[in-house]
Amino acid sequence: MKNGFAIQTEILTKVYGSGNTEVVAMQEATMNVSRGEVVALLGPSGSGKSTFLTAIGLINPPTSGRVFIGGQLVLEGSRAYTNLRAFRRKHLGFVFQKANLIPFLSALENVEIALEINGSSHRAARIRAMELLDYLGVGDRAENLPSMLSGGQQQRVAVARALANHPSVILADEPTAALDSQRGRQVMELFAQIAHEQSAGVVVVTHDHRALDVFDTLYEMEDGVIRKQSEVVAS
Amino acid sequence: MNLAVKDIRHNLGRFALTALGIGLLLMIVMGMGGIYRGIIEDATLLPDRIGADFWIIQRDTRGPFAELSRVTPNLVHRALAVPGVRRAREFVYHTIQRERGGKPLRVAVLGLSWPIDKGEWIPLTAGRPLGQNHFEMIADQTLGFQLGELISLGKDTYTVVGLTKSMISSGGDGIGFFTVADAQSIQFDTAGEAIRLERAAREARGEHSEFVTKQPSLLEQAVRPAQELPAIARPQISAVLVSVATGVDSRCVADIIAGWGDVSVYTKEGQRDLLLKGSVEKIRRQIGLFRVLLTLIAAIIMALILYTMTLDKIHSIALLKLIGAPNTVILGLIMQQGLLLGLLGFGIAFAVGQRVFPMFPRRVILAETDLFQLGMIVLVISVASSFLGIWKAMNVSPNEALS
Repeated sequence: MKNGFAIQTEILTKVYGSGNTEVVAMQEATMNVSRGEVVALLGPSGSGKSTFLTAIGLINPPTSGRVFIGGQLVLEGSRAYTNLRAFRRKHLGFVFQKANLIPFLSALENVEIALEINGSSHRAARIRAMELLDYLGVGDRAENLPSMLSGGQQQRVAVARALANHPSVILADEPTAALDSQRGRQVMELFAQIAHEQSAGVVVVTHDHRALDVFDTLYEMEDGVIRKQSEVVAS
Repeated sequence: MNLAVKDIRHNLGRFALTALGIGLLLMIVMGMGGIYRGIIEDATLLPDRIGADFWIIQRDTRGPFAELSRVTPNLVHRALAVPGVRRAREFVYHTIQRERGGKPLRVAVLGLSWPIDKGEWIPLTAGRPLGQNHFEMIADQTLGFQLGELISLGKDTYTVVGLTKSMISSGGDGIGFFTVADAQSIQFDTAGEAIRLERAAREARGEHSEFVTKQPSLLEQAVRPAQELPAIARPQISAVLVSVATGVDSRCVADIIAGWGDVSVYTKEGQRDLLLKGSVEKIRRQIGLFRVLLTLIAAIIMALILYTMTLDKIHSIALLKLIGAPNTVILGLIMQQGLLLGLLGFGIAFAVGQRVFPMFPRRVILAETDLFQLGMIVLVISVASSFLGIWKAMNVSPNEALS
């Protein structure tokens, strides 16, 4: 790590289509997230939040602009400076609106798989996965398949999977959408706790305004443009 | 963690049914191979087992298995007179159809040259070789005869003294072994009325003959049994089987006999080739082509099944890519399932085939080489079929996990 930023983006732009069908989904989006910082990205549907998240998540590269993770230049436009999949495996954790668990693996195995593909031994992966599930309060459902878990339990398993490899960046897209307010707040607080304990940068895309006090910084996105909320308020 | 096994465990019923379906399909491919092998084995059974170095048959014919061949019985003595010939045997072969229990019964009648050939070379499952010149037979068990059973054929009754297994003609009929005399008796069985009519006709023809005009007493001979008349030849046989003495080149002896104007000579290999390229060639090729076609169909079906199985997991595969799983993990998931499906299918095909094939009317022979060959084909199909699924998996974007 060359500086204290977990994530840095420089004027990210994403354009879909061309000519008459051209759509600018993200326009000169710049954001710096420090280690241990928890950032909320707010905005209406279609504002480009998910596009931004998938760009910094190295899933959907931007048309132009640069992405740094942990101070390392990873993407410049669509050009990758490293093996993106391997980089995601080691440094990024994802949580989605839907839990997105693998249906044929138990809760424990869903967490284990993230560890094993990152080189952990089966035994070590099992111990770490069980610790995380216990920590998130679903240890007693470790052997259950996702179909046997409630939405909240599934989401906590997904969080455990995202945390499994001690990522330096956690990206969450509407992680509380399927949860009640109490569970939603618990998850947000959990992100904050992890960010602070593990010095990870956390970016959460959310519509949920009830737990905004948990975040260190608020960003708002509209028509593909990101602004800090203080700037939003000032304007 | 073995994702392939975990996925199968989760969808065990569906996977088991798919494996069963593949297994039954492969069983048909295996069965076709077995029928193909059985036809070849049946066709070449006699030339392979009868223990002759070469066959003397009617001139310009292809021998008793391909067409009608008739040679005179004294050919045996002529053959024995050739230097180097150790043994010459009469051989009679024809097929009859009778009724038994209201159902058609086809018997390939084979005449053994008593007393030098009592059928010692025939692999018996029960009983003994022929013990006398008349009224005994050895029967293949496909004919449904029991040991000691009395079988009426023509005007005579034969006792089943021995049983064989898998002694089948190239047409798929069970073989019944008799002495040459009995085989001819069955072949030339004629109704009493037909004999009387023939004698009368002989007498009528004689009345207009110049010989009878000169010597009327000859006409009295015309009504005597045919075998007592020197002018009427003895019943002909199908072929003569020749074995040469140790150290003698059978080809040289065969060349000598082939020089005779009334016969043709085929070596054992020649007779074998004739059978394979003659009477069974079309069915052999048809089954061979059908087998190739079935193998292709099995490959296409397996590819589609594996592709569909991959499509069912496409979201999980996208998710694995998203969380950074290397391609080897995804490749292993699909390939291992393909191989397991092939392996289980092959095992089911073999296990079910072992129980089903013996019920087939014709022999189905599962030769080790054929099983190994099919195993290799299944392996190649499993791997090749996986490629379609792997191609789909490699092209899926991690983005799809978010949709």
